[in-house]
Amino acid sequence: MNDLGLFVPGSSPVHRLPAGVKLGALVALGVASILLEGVVAIVVGLIVMLGLFGLAGFTPLLAWRQVKPLRWILLFIAVFQWWARGWEAAVDVVGVIVLLVLAASLVTLTTRTSALVDVIVVVLRPLRFLGVKPERVGLLIALGIRAVPIAVGFSAEVRDAQRARGLGPSPRAYAAPLIVKSLRHADAVGEALVARGME
Amino acid sequence: MPVVELTGVSHQFGEGSARRTVLADVNVRFSESRVGVVGANGSGKSTFARLLNGLIIPTQGDVAVDGLSTARHGREIRRRVGFCFTDPDAQIVMPTVGEDVAFSLRSSDLSKEQVAERVAQVLGQFGLADLADRPSHLLSGGQKQLLALAAVLVSEPNLVVMDEPTTLLDMRNSRMIGEYVSGLDTQVVLVTHHLELLESFDRVLVFDEARLVCDDTPAAAVEHYRRLMG
Ligand SMILES: Nc1ncnc2c1ncn2[C@@H]1O[C@H](COP(=O)(O)OP(=O)(O)OP(=O)(O)O)[C@@H](O)[C@H]1O
Ligand SMILES: [Mg+2]
Repeated sequence: MNDLGLFVPGSSPVHRLPAGVKLGALVALGVASILLEGVVAIVVGLIVMLGLFGLAGFTPLLAWRQVKPLRWILLFIAVFQWWARGWEAAVDVVGVIVLLVLAASLVTLTTRTSALVDVIVVVLRPLRFLGVKPERVGLLIALGIRAVPIAVGFSAEVRDAQRARGLGPSPRAYAAPLIVKSLRHADAVGEALVARGME
Repeated sequence: MPVVELTGVSHQFGEGSARRTVLADVNVRFSESRVGVVGANGSGKSTFARLLNGLIIPTQGDVAVDGLSTARHGREIRRRVGFCFTDPDAQIVMPTVGEDVAFSLRSSDLSKEQVAERVAQVLGQFGLADLADRPSHLLSGGQKQLLALAAVLVSEPNLVVMDEPTTLLDMRNSRMIGEYVSGLDTQVVLVTHHLELLESFDRVLVFDEARLVCDDTPAAAVEHYRRLMG
């Protein structure tokens, strides 16, 4: 059900960790991942990550679902790296990507969007003097997350409509209605935001 | 109940040769707690509804709620007048149910705890208490519309304008929304093609080809509308 990495309520230690700590840890892992090398390090990293999923009350299946949408890209990267730099490099690159995707998913799966947005708003506050409006950025992020399932729904609708008309897959016949739908939706969301008090 | 007053209101969309009059010389004043709006597709109902909270400012004439002109007091008007759209997906802006209701209170001066309390209270009122942490995209159509309504009502508007809130719903969900609407103590303006929802209303307006052609009791107005539709 939750293939989109959206918040799953719970009371595990991972859930209870403050959003700022989780985001900080994610950034730290991103930086540290440059140093992550070798099959042993990657495997240990993945095991620890799966352990954290378990600690949050999630199954390995849920972890797999977070990576699954990327499987073809990952396969492509793996083959390319193997061919260009050897199998060790392929394991390093793909392993680090999987690890980071899992870590990011774990954060969004265990943290309310509003809590993440609050952290981002605080972090961006010092940039106010550059004209950055932290609350606006926060709202944009929330809207972006909310838009993912809607966009997925639109694309499924368009695909079904094409099938119903007996059309084969055609990028143009697919993109045009999808763009129209999305623009119309964006218009409606903009109007609704005004109605809900955004100026 | 708030007093809503439209004086000499006309509205055109578009420029030059594409210019079209979608509302022509509408004059109406009401303060009843339940006002219905019916009319054919394209007759100007949604335009009328959007005038009431200043989403559209008329090209001629004036719209006022409690004496406040929508043209000059947009912010204040939108605080007093809540709006419920046909498609709840456009209106639900936050990823989870509770967060979306809380979004309506973000510029109030309530503390975090008070917001949480208000949100829980309103979700309970709409039978959504157990769904507070549910991703909003996993709700059913009826639940989504309930959430949209809850998110409008949490900020305690004096008037709620609803533009065909039941059009995308099945019969059971339409009836459920109808029941919630009839239980509200705020003033309601309801645009709908579901005429049965208007039976207990105080007053019903009928639009036809950009004009307000009938303003009467539900029975008389619906009769007028049926004759129009042939
Ligand atoms: N933003 C816009 N720009 C141009 N024309 C518009 C715009 N919005 C509405 N119209 C036109 O104005 C007319 C009245 O539209 P409106 O949406 O008020 O009708 P309606 O009575 O709500 O119809 P429906 O029952 O289909 O919802 C229609 O002909 C419509 O095409
Ligand atoms: Mg309409």
